[in-house]
Amino acid sequence: MPNNTSNDVVVISEKIGGAIPDATFELLGKGKEIAASLGGELHCVVVGTADGSDALGACDHLHIVEGSLLFPYNPQGWEDALRGVLAEINPRLVLTSTGTVGLDLAGSLASYLGGVAASYVVDLAVEGSSVICTSQLYGGKLMAEADLGDTVACLSVIPGSFPVEAGRGSGSAAVAKHDHDSSNVSMAHVSLNEPERSGIDITAAELLVSVGRGIGGQSNIEMVQELADALGVPLSASRPIIDQGWLPKYHQVGKSGKKVKPKVYLALGISGAPEHLEGMRSAELIIACNTDAGAPIFEVAHYGTTVDLFDLVPEMIDLVGS
Amino acid sequence: MKIVVAMRQIADLVEELEIDSDGVDIDREFVKFVSNEWDEAALEEALCLKEAHGGEVTVVGLDEVDFDQSLYGALAKGADRAVKLTGDFDGWTSTASRAAILASWLGENQFDLVLTGVQAADDLDGQLAGILGARLGVAHAAVVVGVEPEGDKVKITQEIGGGTTITSLAAMPLVLGIQAARQAPRYVPISRIRASMAAGGIEEVAASGGDNIAQPKVRRLYAPESKGGATMITGKPGDVAAKIVELIRSKGLINS
Ligand SMILES: Cc1cc2nc3c(=O)[nH]c(=O)nc-3n(C[C@H](O)[C@H](O)[C@H](O)COP(=O)(O)OP(=O)(O)OC[C@H]3O[C@@H](n4cnc5c(N)ncnc54)[C@H](O)[C@@H]3O)c2cc1C
Repeated sequence: MPNNTSNDVVVISEKIGGAIPDATFELLGKGKEIAASLGGELHCVVVGTADGSDALGACDHLHIVEGSLLFPYNPQGWEDALRGVLAEINPRLVLTSTGTVGLDLAGSLASYLGGVAASYVVDLAVEGSSVICTSQLYGGKLMAEADLGDTVACLSVIPGSFPVEAGRGSGSAAVAKHDHDSSNVSMAHVSLNEPERSGIDITAAELLVSVGRGIGGQSNIEMVQELADALGVPLSASRPIIDQGWLPKYHQVGKSGKKVKPKVYLALGISGAPEHLEGMRSAELIIACNTDAGAPIFEVAHYGTTVDLFDLVPEMIDLVGS
Repeated sequence: MKIVVAMRQIADLVEELEIDSDGVDIDREFVKFVSNEWDEAALEEALCLKEAHGGEVTVVGLDEVDFDQSLYGALAKGADRAVKLTGDFDGWTSTASRAAILASWLGENQFDLVLTGVQAADDLDGQLAGILGARLGVAHAAVVVGVEPEGDKVKITQEIGGGTTITSLAAMPLVLGIQAARQAPRYVPISRIRASMAAGGIEEVAASGGDNIAQPKVRRLYAPESKGGATMITGKPGDVAAKIVELIRSKGLINS
């Protein structure tokens, strides 16, 4: 495959409302290292609003694309704006994180640029003229090491894969403002919707009893609720429990739920998918119960058991209740 | 409204996944393949849209192991058409090739909305919705949890993390990666699936457009080296429960 690209690396800043996420700084840190190995420069593209972009000084070039249709987020508008900027930079590597922006745009930008995409990336290295990425597949059960060749590659990186600090820095990036012609954008912003508030705040708990799809059915939730009640703590859950309608959204732990950091996190029937781990891996003590000895949750748990949760939980209720 | 649901099979994650002798794919011989759970959410959303607003739901996908079962399941749930794109799909098909094949079929068929799952667990080279959108040159969005037609447009709601969502108004045609449907995927009794199997009705079309598509070259697939991981507590459930209660107590979190 001919290599017609520069050796530059681009990080897409993923600020949608709120603050610039840590994930963007992780990408800047790693991007700087990879750009140096490739002999290229590091760019950061900010779409929507320049607010807060002073913090992005770790890059060599900061590109800002503002436009009323781009704020706070518009997948079609962002794609259109990024295509314009990327065409000018002609990068070798484009880095996003595995959040909404990455899931929306890493694949489509790769396709429009005529390159390849790579998802669930947890590591990156340069070998000769190739960029090698390591991805976490099958819900964390397997890793794939892949050669991205010498074409442009657009990656989505799992947050938490690289240190944040290396990407913080108030250097002296050259700032370029780009105009965005919005005539191709038909999608329009309607509203940014904050999560529903509730009396239960799982983020405040020191101990969480957390339930996953291993619970099998809605009627069994009662059993784990009984354990949580006996311990006097809230019940939290993985996403499928919420999507099934078995518990309200404010019980959800993970990427699209709450980030929790209790003293003890008891995971019952949770496999440990990267999106779940994102919300609980910094708990002080993680105890996991999962009948599959190969479940990825055991990699982050401090203690684990493969005893069936339906045998374990009643015993725990007996002990705590007595 | 013409809704196309792009569905696929994926190795059942509950199973142990072995690596094949070349070391670059899973050993597909003894693995059970099931319908991708997020595609099932996309199908559910499509069926709900049809029930609320009328229209036609077509399910399409590559002829992967046991895909017929998923198609018959979809027909039994209320899909109007089921299309299987035939070819050699026993191995690992990249998202880019899948998108190219689907785009080639969609190019010959009318659609207002294409719904597909937000991701699949072996999406090494990107998620389908975005790549398919780019291939077709139409707008797309992923992590979608709400789809509501409004006149000739659609209001879509995407999750952006931490429970916050963002709503946009989009013109059709549109490709959406569904994270969750408005309700959990419906259950369909096995008798209805059998009835749809007896009635047949899967259309077969030769797949095209998937050759020579650039993709990352996998050079090693492996189980992650254990970084120490958890200390395993073994024994009878009562003993394990006692140990866990003791651990919680040691953190001062049980007042007895
Ligand atoms: C954009 C995006 C955001 C996401 N955000 C989140 C999020 O915020 N939070 C989240 O949790 N997920 C999230 N997910 C989903 C995530 O990918 C996984 O699908 C999900 O975490 C799996 O939940 P689970 O572990 O409960 O289910 P599964 O993966 O199905 O695991 C169930 C586990 O239970 C075990 N089990 C079964 N029976 C028993 C038994 N009797 N006793 C003990 N163990 C048993 C099984 O061995 C299995 O490991 C997100 C996905 C995407 C694409």
